Amino acid sequence: MDVLVYLIPIAIFLGAVGLGAFLWALKSGQFDDMDGAAERILHDDDEKP
Amino acid sequence: MSPDGASSVVVPTPPAAGGGAFALGPYIREAGPGRHALDFMVEGVHCGGCVARIERALGAEPDVTRARVNLSTRRLALEWAGASARGDALARLVTKLGFRLVPYDPLRLADAERDEEKALLRAMAVAGFAAANVMLLSVSVWAGHFQDMGAATRALMHWFSALIALPAILYAGRPFFASAWRALKAARTNMDVPISLAVLLAGAVSLHETIAGGAHAYFDSAVTLLFFLLVGRYLDRRARGRARQAGTRLLALRASAVTVLGADGARRALPPEHVTPGMTVLIAAGERIGADGRITAGASEIDQSLITGEALPHSVGVGDGVFAGTLNGSGALTIAVTGAGEDTLLAEIARLMAAAEQRRARYVALADRVARLYAPVVHGLALATFLGWWLLGGLAWQPALLIAVAVLVITCPCALGLAVPAVQAIAGGRLLRQGILLKSATALERLAQVDTVVFDKTGTLTEGALTLVPDPGTDRAALRLAASLAGASRHPLARSLAQAVPDAPVARDVVEEPGRGLGRRTDAGELRLGSRAWCGVAEAGESEATGPELWFARPNAAPVRFGFSERLREDAAAVVAELQARGLAVELLSGDRPATVAAVAARLGVARWRAAQSPADKCARLAELAADGRRVLMVGDGLNDAPALAAAHVSLSPSSAADLSQTSADAVFQGARLAPVLETLATARRAGALVRQNFALAFGYNLIAIPVAVAGLATPLIAALAMSGSSLAVIGNALRLARAPSRVEEQR
Repeated sequence: MDVLVYLIPIAIFLGAVGLGAFLWALKSGQFDDMDGAAERILHDDDEKP
Repeated sequence: MSPDGASSVVVPTPPAAGGGAFALGPYIREAGPGRHALDFMVEGVHCGGCVARIERALGAEPDVTRARVNLSTRRLALEWAGASARGDALARLVTKLGFRLVPYDPLRLADAERDEEKALLRAMAVAGFAAANVMLLSVSVWAGHFQDMGAATRALMHWFSALIALPAILYAGRPFFASAWRALKAARTNMDVPISLAVLLAGAVSLHETIAGGAHAYFDSAVTLLFFLLVGRYLDRRARGRARQAGTRLLALRASAVTVLGADGARRALPPEHVTPGMTVLIAAGERIGADGRITAGASEIDQSLITGEALPHSVGVGDGVFAGTLNGSGALTIAVTGAGEDTLLAEIARLMAAAEQRRARYVALADRVARLYAPVVHGLALATFLGWWLLGGLAWQPALLIAVAVLVITCPCALGLAVPAVQAIAGGRLLRQGILLKSATALERLAQVDTVVFDKTGTLTEGALTLVPDPGTDRAALRLAASLAGASRHPLARSLAQAVPDAPVARDVVEEPGRGLGRRTDAGELRLGSRAWCGVAEAGESEATGPELWFARPNAAPVRFGFSERLREDAAAVVAELQARGLAVELLSGDRPATVAAVAARLGVARWRAAQSPADKCARLAELAADGRRVLMVGDGLNDAPALAAAHVSLSPSSAADLSQTSADAVFQGARLAPVLETLATARRAGALVRQNFALAFGYNLIAIPVAVAGLATPLIAALAMSGSSLAVIGNALRLARAPSRVEEQR
């Protein structure tokens, strides 16, 4: 069972990466406009005026 | 997104105070070398289409470096390279699209509470991460109890748990620690005191056990407890955040600038708070009036519906008084200011509202009332357990403390903290899907207690717009001709007339005489559409009873009369009948004239009504009802209802209402029907029942768990099972609301 000494920290590290990604997304404003983000996908930005 | 989003059309608001009338200067900030930034609140944004139109229009300008509309908060962030004076022109681009812009200072609106919400979310994420990982480790430890896990492996697991749990507790527990510390400093106690004690003690005791190589550690209980509590706290905070967001739109009414005519004849745009009595103010056609005053030149009609609830504009001329917040019609006016800023009727209404709100703020949410009782009981119990085992039970102080900590952890109001927020979040979501936005956190609780419903008339029971009363005797040709004339005017009656004959072409060369009517010269003579006097018809005594009317005069023909009436909302009568059938008393309070109110009350079958009510009268009537022990639901939309909305036990407002009214209402509903009133009441009652069930569940669980803990039998496994079990039971019970049949099915 010695392998636990490596495996547990690796598992925790991977989880922490996910947590870090979420905190980064929160900080960079990804969740600021939930309604708008849902609609923006429908905009045709490449439309030449 | 609003439910009517896909089909909604941009509602063009009346052009605000002409181009460049906003005092933009103070709001423009430096955003780097040679660049400027400006933030606006945008009125009239409903869907992604509006967002795209604004962003494209601004993006097409070469010097705009950033233009982004936030659909959730209805705000526009604008940044451009170049002189600050460009801001005016850019703002006008958006105004031209039909949106109203109100500049604001993001620093002054520094969203302290929004930051707090984000901090809670971060804490929740950290606690969730820790809870999941520590629980995995704990499960293996528990399994190890039955499968001969070696002491060394168990110690390793405990050390890993400690490494994750302790930093997480210190980080994610801060909201609770801070609140508990504030309470203790003020020599009070709240729910956060037992929570903080339980979490910190559980962490400390578990660390002690880990160092000593003991069999039991409570790390998982401590972090799961934090996680569940943070979920409840976050849901609660978000409900409050929504209310506050709606509140910031209040600024919109006051921010339009006032055009002041100086003694030297120069025009200056001033913010309303800098206007003083005696100044001369110019008011353009279609502009919202910024100060109370007396007309010195010009004639027009004034739409006072926001202030008085009257559906029909008033004709005004030289010498008449006008009030801030009302809307000017088709003529330009010059007024001498008699009151501005804090002296205006508008400010008076705002003051009435603030006073009423203060009275209502005394309402204490059910959860807080429970918490007041709960904290001392829990503390007493834990202390008694500790002293009992130590002094009477003959244990050393360390094991006695361990048992006391188990009591604290188990009694911790985990399920209690979720009981109300979970139900509120689900009820709020359910209502939102039907176009009802709950703004106040305690609105559901108060709605469930309602026994009297008071309606405003104009815009609430009626649709606000007037419709032509069909008269079979009317000459079709005359109606068509009149409608073509009416098409050239913005007057509400003319617009209703034009709408009645949609295919009539709009006439050219129509001259509008403000406050009197329309005229058009033809070869055969003059056509006239307007008031009785304008068309040369003799005054027929009491005009009130006949209701709003237009006359149409042609050469060589008798004048024709068009009568108008207010249209009730489609289901107004049905909703009123349904409310009465449920045993609720229904009343009508309106600022309109008695004859009109009586007619509407009769059509709806409402026996108790009062007409010509000022905002203060409405408040007084509500106070009377409250003194009788009535719990009143006020439904209203006008600015004149705002104080009453704030004074009532709970209030509802249609989304067409004035900003100020929407701000003071507890909930806002969308759509042309009144059925949301019934739906809101039904959901509130159901939510109230679920909250009580949740409390019963949480207390029932405590009744079983506390004796076990006090007896010293609660191992970490039992604590974790009991805690998660009760929390899940409470959430599951709340979820029943989402699946409950809607009101209509319930009745069958």
